[in-house]
Amino acid sequence: MGASLAPVFEPGFFTSPPVLVAVTVGGVVAVVSAVVGTFTVLRGQSFAGHALADVGSAGGSAALLAGVPTLSGFVVFNVLAAAVMELIGLRRPRGRDLATGVVLGASLGLAALFLYEDTVSSNTTGATVNVLFGSVFTLSPGLVPVVVALGAVSVALVVLLYRPLVLSSVSDELAAARGVRVRLVGAGYLLALALAVSLSAVTIGAILSTALLVGPAASALRVASRLATALVVAAATGVGATWLGILVAYDSVDWTGGSGWPVSFCIVATVFLVYAASGLPGRVRRARRPAGPRTVGPVVGSLARPEPDVEPGPPETTGEG
Amino acid sequence: MLEVEEVSAAFGARAVLDRVSFSVAAGELCGLIGTNGAGKTTLMKVVLGLLPTGGGRVRVSGRVRTRSGADIGYVPQKIQLEPDAPIRVRDLVALGIDGHRLGVPLGSRRRRRAVDEMLDAVGVSRLANARVGTLSGGEQQRVMIAHALVARPSLLLLDEPLANLDMRAVDDVVALLARIAADQGVAVLLSAHDVNPLLPVMDRVVYLASGHAASGTTGQVIRADVLSRLYGHPIRVVQAEGRVLVLAGGPEPSGVAANGCGASGAGDC
Ligand SMILES: Nc1ncnc2c1ncn2[C@@H]1O[C@H](COP(=O)(O)OP(=O)(O)OP(=O)(O)O)[C@@H](O)[C@H]1O
Ligand SMILES: [Mg+2]
Repeated sequence: MGASLAPVFEPGFFTSPPVLVAVTVGGVVAVVSAVVGTFTVLRGQSFAGHALADVGSAGGSAALLAGVPTLSGFVVFNVLAAAVMELIGLRRPRGRDLATGVVLGASLGLAALFLYEDTVSSNTTGATVNVLFGSVFTLSPGLVPVVVALGAVSVALVVLLYRPLVLSSVSDELAAARGVRVRLVGAGYLLALALAVSLSAVTIGAILSTALLVGPAASALRVASRLATALVVAAATGVGATWLGILVAYDSVDWTGGSGWPVSFCIVATVFLVYAASGLPGRVRRARRPAGPRTVGPVVGSLARPEPDVEPGPPETTGEG
Repeated sequence: MLEVEEVSAAFGARAVLDRVSFSVAAGELCGLIGTNGAGKTTLMKVVLGLLPTGGGRVRVSGRVRTRSGADIGYVPQKIQLEPDAPIRVRDLVALGIDGHRLGVPLGSRRRRRAVDEMLDAVGVSRLANARVGTLSGGEQQRVMIAHALVARPSLLLLDEPLANLDMRAVDDVVALLARIAADQGVAVLLSAHDVNPLLPVMDRVVYLASGHAASGTTGQVIRADVLSRLYGHPIRVVQAEGRVLVLAGGPEPSGVAANGCGASGAGDC
């Protein structure tokens, strides 16, 4: 390190306890979100992730009102919501739109009530910002082991269910025909998702939590053609974006002369920039691709495709792919 | 290999299958023919153990089958992969070996060789590293066949494998299935709404219409009187350019036999 990096890492970055907690929690949460999020995108369940985040905002604000850590509120509400979603069969994005909409509306309404009570009772507006938009710099160090443990459970579930999850994302029917208990696997996955969303919510806030869940995963799927690679790329992207966001937020206090930018904004902005950048390789490739014999249109980010020469014979023009 | 005995199935009060019986022996290719909603998918699901029978029995390799499992190769009517899903052709085929097990897959040389052999057998080796979601319908169908066969089941079920394929791809896939049945001694049951592309290779046929079934060898079932009775509608079976064609509609055989092309989109016009 030393003097040359001083302009990048403002004084005190590596010695400030809140920063160390933020870097640890942020790193763990980014990995968990990326791993679970890759399956969320693969299974087309981003909407379920979003639904959990909204329900979580009611949980976090209820926890504040009860005087317990917001994380416990997120976890309890999210796991319950996941159970309800499983019961009403919200397993695909198209499923049960109306019921979900009503439940989500009600949750956000509850959040509004709890946050109002929080604000009135504590006479601060900090609660609202804290629950909805996160505050990774204000976490208590005692939370670190809890975050690590919950994250480990979530990732372990995904690792355990890895093959059946992939099989059922190809086709639920196919998985069921092979003896996979599709419903059980889906429920296990929703539990992992509920935990990941809760962890993301304490870091960057309930409202923004899906950014960390879906953003790095979506970026990774644009550039990686293997699931294992996508998981690693997503985790690296998530951790990189989170740490960069924390650094920028810390440094911005000096740039702006005191107030600084919210850390959640910095993280989410970085995630977004990475996602935008991840689209570039695909665009360049498509621009360079010579006109092949194939009449099926080129596909976004298909790195793996060697060359579109088809089986002997005329180009096939049918199929949904 | 597969014996379906007096199987019935219903959704609520709506009877979809009424005492359907047929059998398929090792190395035979059997077509399951019926219009949309005739109950083809339902029958496959009963055989797979995904739906309970409302009476009757299904035997696979002599044993009564009561629940689903990896002993039957199955190609569903459609799969859900988006073009950007990071599942490569070889990954999907490998899932045919152990996709139902818990945990992450550990690549072994044997596993890899089994996958390569299967990709070669269905003629998609060169697509091994492509994402499944980016393939054409015909390519995807081959990959799914490889997935279903890689664990060497004795029975292969395919639900509408010819839907969404152009005429050339239909002939390719039909020829591939006939070769697999003959070479590997697999019993193949595939559903289709058009019988004509299958007529040259099919050993047996099961016709479904309004819950009832006509089944037997191709020669026993593909007859104007049997099919007309089953559908309650005049059906013609004509010879054209050395092939048999099944056509719907009233008796007007001369025009059809002359040009060999019927209204139902027969195979090689
Ligand atoms: N889950 C279900 N609940 C109620 N009815 C059903 C269900 N699945 C199928 N059916 C009914 O059973 C009948 C047979 O359906 P099935 O899917 O087996 O037909 P199919 O021959 O496979 O048709 P297609 O050619 O359209 O695939 C249809 O009339 C359908 O409406
Ligand atoms: Mg069907």
